[in-house]
Amino acid sequence: MVDSIAPAPLPTPAPTTGTATMSERSRARREMLLVLVKRPAFIIGLIVILGWIVCAVLGDKITPYDPFNAFFLPGHQPPSAQHLFGTDRLGRDVLSRVMVGSRDVLVVAPLAALLGVGVGTLLGLVMGYYRGIVDDILSRVVEAFLALPVILVALLTLVVLGSSSIVVVFVVGLLFAPIVARTVRSAVLSERQLDYVTAAKLRGETGLFILSQEIFPNVLGPTVVELTVRFGYAIFTVATLSFLGVGLQPPSPDWGLSVSQEYANMIAGVWWPTLFPALAIASTVIAVNLNADSLQSVLNE
Amino acid sequence: MARFIARRLVLALITLWLLATIVFIITNVLPDNVGRTILGPFAPQETVDALNERLGTNRPILIRYVDSLRGLVTLDFGNSFVSGKAVLPQVVGAVGRSAKLAGLALLITIPISIAAGLYAARRRDRTADRAIVLLGVTLSSIPEFVTGTILVVVVGVQLGWLPVLATAPETADIPTQIRFLLMPAIAMAIVYFGYIARMTRAGTIEVLQSDYTRTALMKGLTTGQTMRRHVLRNALVPTVAVIAVQIGYLFGGIIAVEKIFNYNGMGSTMLFAAQHKDLPMLTAGVIVIGLVYMLATLTADLIMAWMNPLIRMDTER
Repeated sequence: MVDSIAPAPLPTPAPTTGTATMSERSRARREMLLVLVKRPAFIIGLIVILGWIVCAVLGDKITPYDPFNAFFLPGHQPPSAQHLFGTDRLGRDVLSRVMVGSRDVLVVAPLAALLGVGVGTLLGLVMGYYRGIVDDILSRVVEAFLALPVILVALLTLVVLGSSSIVVVFVVGLLFAPIVARTVRSAVLSERQLDYVTAAKLRGETGLFILSQEIFPNVLGPTVVELTVRFGYAIFTVATLSFLGVGLQPPSPDWGLSVSQEYANMIAGVWWPTLFPALAIASTVIAVNLNADSLQSVLNE
Repeated sequence: MARFIARRLVLALITLWLLATIVFIITNVLPDNVGRTILGPFAPQETVDALNERLGTNRPILIRYVDSLRGLVTLDFGNSFVSGKAVLPQVVGAVGRSAKLAGLALLITIPISIAAGLYAARRRDRTADRAIVLLGVTLSSIPEFVTGTILVVVVGVQLGWLPVLATAPETADIPTQIRFLLMPAIAMAIVYFGYIARMTRAGTIEVLQSDYTRTALMKGLTTGQTMRRHVLRNALVPTVAVIAVQIGYLFGGIIAVEKIFNYNGMGSTMLFAAQHKDLPMLTAGVIVIGLVYMLATLTADLIMAWMNPLIRMDTER
């Protein structure tokens, strides 16, 4: 695909779709990866995320007890040698539930982030490249969306549409799109003045070609950073929505949902079914953000 | 300056209209039958029709849209499905109570974050700077309800230092009220520390590298004088912007915090409305919070224009 589109006679000053620049790009990417794996924050983040993914995938093959079945014991047993994290109000093992609790959020959150970044990038490319009336109108719409806290609009929309994992993905993803669009738009604005874009225009390339083959590869960096950042926010948002009762639904062992079902018992001193899922959420979002942050600073260097 | 303000006001009005339109689309266009959405799939058809008749949701969509915009202009958002009373006074009262909580959170977070950001900028790339940046990233990524939970367990239950519920008894004096609000406010303050500290750090680093800072130091001003007269004024411009944006988002996070600490403000009102599918209440809530956000950003724009005249002259968006 690469060689067939390679433009013929006109000399182009900056990166185009030629084979040479592609390999240059992949070499740069490999170098970046090398810098990245030398950062302790990145490695720690990666290990934590991989750990939760392993738990989610292997599920009840590695949990000490069945995460869904109660033991017909009195609930709310404090942490002990048998139940390291204690048991919840139905006598289910908290450790086992925390281990499989990442299952839903680690599917829903990345999908929401992908959707948001996909739609947002598309919007941002169009806004930044075409400018004019399209940009003016879309910018105002983006501004209006930014005036609303995501959690609140998501709450409203989920009340109207009813909660299911699919709806949560769409609602959170689409609510992230305006923010991504703004970031990508400003990246495109600085690219479009560069010589390689002018050269492509002079060659008579279509807007679609220039956007997808010339500008997009050059704003890929900020887009990837945006994807990791949005992934973190998606976990944040989905967990909060589950806690509010409009996100993931029972009997999902989801962390946010577990906190929401047990938090009222904290005052009575029953802290274990709440604290451990809460710490699990914290560890995951921190891990994702450490990765996003490392990626961002490596790209900036 | 007058031109600048007028321009910003017109833009704010357009944003408000778009915002109302977005909310209308969510509440009236997404569900194909509003009565059915509220009553659920098992309600008999006659009940659904009667509800649509009562709410006026059986009328054509365009008429409903014009009606909702008229409601926005005349500040009439209709009556609650649950209590039957006008929603706006209830929402405004709830926002007032939440504002106390949000205000306390900002009062805690702004000075600490700005101080941390300035400190980090002046020790750029040293251990203290790295630690502050890392702490900021870490803390700002944890949802408020998680921070709240950990605080309740550690500070409230195990140590017993602060009350675990936010609402003070009716007759309590102001220090007691603040004591009750302190833990939820800290839970919210922690999330915003990272954003504000990072923005302050970035703004300060940029200004410290500028020519005019070098000139100020070279003409013999002390570091303190340079910071006060030249650096702060410019370095804090992006910080003001980020604080304004966060004021809007505070009202998103406050929903979860009010649930954890059982505080009767905007969050509890919205959550109660959500559980009962009280669409007028939710609509009014979303629009009022959008208004709060827009007022905050407008104020921030004016403050920024006052801090840096270049912004005033920049009529290009």
